[in-house]
Amino acid sequence: MAIKLRKLVVQVDETRIEMGQAVEPPARRAVAIAVIDNPYAGRYEAKLDVLIEAGEELGALLGNRCVEALGIAPGDAQSYGKAAIVGEAGELEHAAAILHPKLGAPLRAAVEKGAALVPSAKKMGTLGTAIDVPLGHKDAAFVRSHFDAIEARVPDAPRANEIVVAVAVTASGRPLPRIGGLQVSEIKGEDGLR
Amino acid sequence: MFEIRRVLTHVEDIFHEFGPAPAQPLRRGAIAAVMTNPFAGRYEAKIEHAMEALKPIGFDMAQRLLAAMAVPHASIESYGKGAIVGSRGELEHGALWHVPGGYAMRELLEKNGVPTNAIVPSTKKVGAPSTALDVPLTHVNASYVRSHFDAIEVRVPGAPAADELVYILVMSTGQRVHARVGGLAKEAIVGKDGLR
Repeated sequence: MAIKLRKLVVQVDETRIEMGQAVEPPARRAVAIAVIDNPYAGRYEAKLDVLIEAGEELGALLGNRCVEALGIAPGDAQSYGKAAIVGEAGELEHAAAILHPKLGAPLRAAVEKGAALVPSAKKMGTLGTAIDVPLGHKDAAFVRSHFDAIEARVPDAPRANEIVVAVAVTASGRPLPRIGGLQVSEIKGEDGLR
Repeated sequence: MFEIRRVLTHVEDIFHEFGPAPAQPLRRGAIAAVMTNPFAGRYEAKIEHAMEALKPIGFDMAQRLLAAMAVPHASIESYGKGAIVGSRGELEHGALWHVPGGYAMRELLEKNGVPTNAIVPSTKKVGAPSTALDVPLTHVNASYVRSHFDAIEVRVPGAPAADELVYILVMSTGQRVHARVGGLAKEAIVGKDGLR
């Protein structure tokens, strides 16, 4: 295991009513968050291989935890996103090493297919810093009803030598989408865009 | 009377806090239900009847929380409850949660063989959307068990709106991850008065 895990948080956010209107079925979103040790805290390292490997492990762990918490079949996942917050003894590139090279493949396996880019956000932060994890449809990035974000925050992390890594998966789009654009029913799912 | 608009469940595993990791990580869970405040925007002298309407909501929330935590009833060692009242409500609206919230967890645990003589600790406040509440946790059968004095922060991004309430239940499977400040140990619980 490349990751040294201190804490694992899984949240499910279910909206049943929005602006007085019933949401049928309820809009359901999950976010799974890991608090890990930053092996490169406090120094510059040219190669970030340990965090790249950590990204692969976290894509599987966090992706699967989201799907489990939603209680859905992997293929019923609709949108996804990822994000990281690096504690102050690290650097922004440490978030990039986790998120971009290897996290995507195991996350796509956890949700089946996943032709679209996994939208992401990253920042430096301290204990209790919140990050808005962007969400987009997993097979077609242009599906307008699924442009969304979910907040991830751990009150006691990241400490200076830690990194908070979040993966979000949903079983729906926004609660009451009604601004047009590409619909789920129109997805071709070939190029990841439409 | 109370319309549930949104439900957030939170489950966390704490593996260590820079000390020796226990064989089994500590699991803590929270459930927060965002609902309409039937008394928002005015003073109502009589509100007690609302506690009856909250009973089935409390029981449903307790069951959902335990299901999300995915542990047997017997694994639950501590509990707590809390309320965040939106800005058009008053603190007393949060107090409505004491009886239905507390008894929901106690009934669920007692029915399944877990003695719950101890009071369910609580906090409440009036707050804006995204306000965080530190919900206390203490042992389910003896309030003085020092290793189990704890708290978990609960926060629903975007809630409560002015005319909403957030009612919260929390449970945990054990002591603080590196508890070592003495006091009454869970092995020494007498289990009669809810205190020791």
